[in-house]
Amino acid sequence: MLLERRTESPSARTLVLQVDEWAGHLPGQHVDVRLTAEDGYQTARSYSLAAPPDGDRLEITVQRADGGEVSPFLADDLEVGDRVELRGPLGGWFVWRPEDPGPVLLVAGGSGVVPLMAMIRARAGVSRAPFRLIYSVRTPEDRLYAAELRRRAAEDGGLDVSYVYTREAPADSPRPPGRIRADDLVTHGWPPDFEPTCFVCGPTPLVEAVAGLLVGWGHDPGRIRTERFGGS
Amino acid sequence: MSVFTRGFHGRRRDDDGRLPPGQYLTDDFPVLSAGPTPEVPLDRWAFTIRTESGDEHAWSWAELTALPTESVTVDLHCVTRWSKLDTDWRGVSLDALLEDVETAADFALVHSYGGYTTNLPLEDLLDGRAWVAFEYDGEGLAAEHGGPARLLVPHLYLWKSAKWVRGLDLLLQDEPGFWEQLGYHDYGDPWREQRYQGD
Amino acid sequence: MTQTETGGPYDGNALAGPLAEVFALEVTAAVARCRGCGRSSPVATLAVYGPDPGLVGRCPGCADVLVRVVRTPDEVWLDLGGMSALRFSFPS
Repeated sequence: MLLERRTESPSARTLVLQVDEWAGHLPGQHVDVRLTAEDGYQTARSYSLAAPPDGDRLEITVQRADGGEVSPFLADDLEVGDRVELRGPLGGWFVWRPEDPGPVLLVAGGSGVVPLMAMIRARAGVSRAPFRLIYSVRTPEDRLYAAELRRRAAEDGGLDVSYVYTREAPADSPRPPGRIRADDLVTHGWPPDFEPTCFVCGPTPLVEAVAGLLVGWGHDPGRIRTERFGGS
Repeated sequence: MSVFTRGFHGRRRDDDGRLPPGQYLTDDFPVLSAGPTPEVPLDRWAFTIRTESGDEHAWSWAELTALPTESVTVDLHCVTRWSKLDTDWRGVSLDALLEDVETAADFALVHSYGGYTTNLPLEDLLDGRAWVAFEYDGEGLAAEHGGPARLLVPHLYLWKSAKWVRGLDLLLQDEPGFWEQLGYHDYGDPWREQRYQGD
Repeated sequence: MTQTETGGPYDGNALAGPLAEVFALEVTAAVARCRGCGRSSPVATLAVYGPDPGLVGRCPGCADVLVRVVRTPDEVWLDLGGMSALRFSFPS
């Protein structure tokens, strides 16, 4: 049942859902949301959980896609008190366990930051594992969780956040806008000999490009976990 | 037992009689695929009809495109519920390709580059109901939509119109293709909503 | 994961939900061996096409089809024939 809706960016909303008997989940996991129209037509979409377990409350962040069948409905039309069907938690590979002490490199493209945010939020107060997030977005206003990430980078200890803007960068940015490149990873990521676990999430082309760059740099492919959101 | 989601309607369905049951109208041309888009150089492209006795009839790209072509305007109905009306295609009729093929077969198994297959009765490829199409909307058929050439059989659901077509096997017994093996209907008439086996 | 509304290709993380109805153990961390090329890959790393008209998971090495899933209104059809083995670890 929808408890609350928060705006994260002009096109994204976080939905806080209350679920009966939620047994918990790991950061990185997702849920499948199934919608049923009155004539029986059904469709489903997967959404990453944006936050660690909190009793019977779940958070997902929905990016509204123009012309999308499901995302505009969830982002805008679903009302507080409405119910949706969901299945989960799902996924056992693209997960970070807070007991793991090793360094973690997080690379996000667009809404790919959502499961990585769950990891960052789960880490707070629980783990000292060094985390670095490299977050690729088109423009500064497309960033999700910007204020919270700024606060956590300052307060959580051991978390570094850097942005790669692909279309439009802030005026004072030393890096001109453009796709993520090897030197962005070298400057803001962990080198291979630190043996970090790398989580890369976002549109399929970005994920494949970044995974290739990390392997090319010398990271062990077995330590790179990817989640492709499809699209371009 | 599913719970209805208040306020969710899915895509609006248009009831002007041109849409088969359960379909909605789209202006887009959605791309659905079971795998990566094959790249087929035209100098190696061929379309091959193999009969039940093993006889083969083959056309190279040059040979196929030298045959008389037809321009047709047809409606497309995808089993995933979208329909696109009045689409323009140019291609060679299967009547022309099958004209000199001697066969007693009743069924066809269509093969595509990339490994996709689909089955349908041979008679559904005849009588002006099917083409090997290589132009869409006045231009060469884009790879994502099945270019260089695809099968076009618009009276059946669009999964029968195999993209990247490379030929047919004519068979005495029906043999399920890629999606038919996994529960989709052997025939696939959109007007009788034959989406899945048993419909 | 989040499925975009512009379609795939995805990866095997997208199989978690559809196969959760069929397998008691979590499948994306299971390791599949390709019958074609012999490569072993976590299911999460398969190249996945779909979800319509069905899900198709392909070997990240040779692109052979390892798994197909179709969900009709009352059935799930599953083909694992492209895998010569599927290895699950028990949860610890």
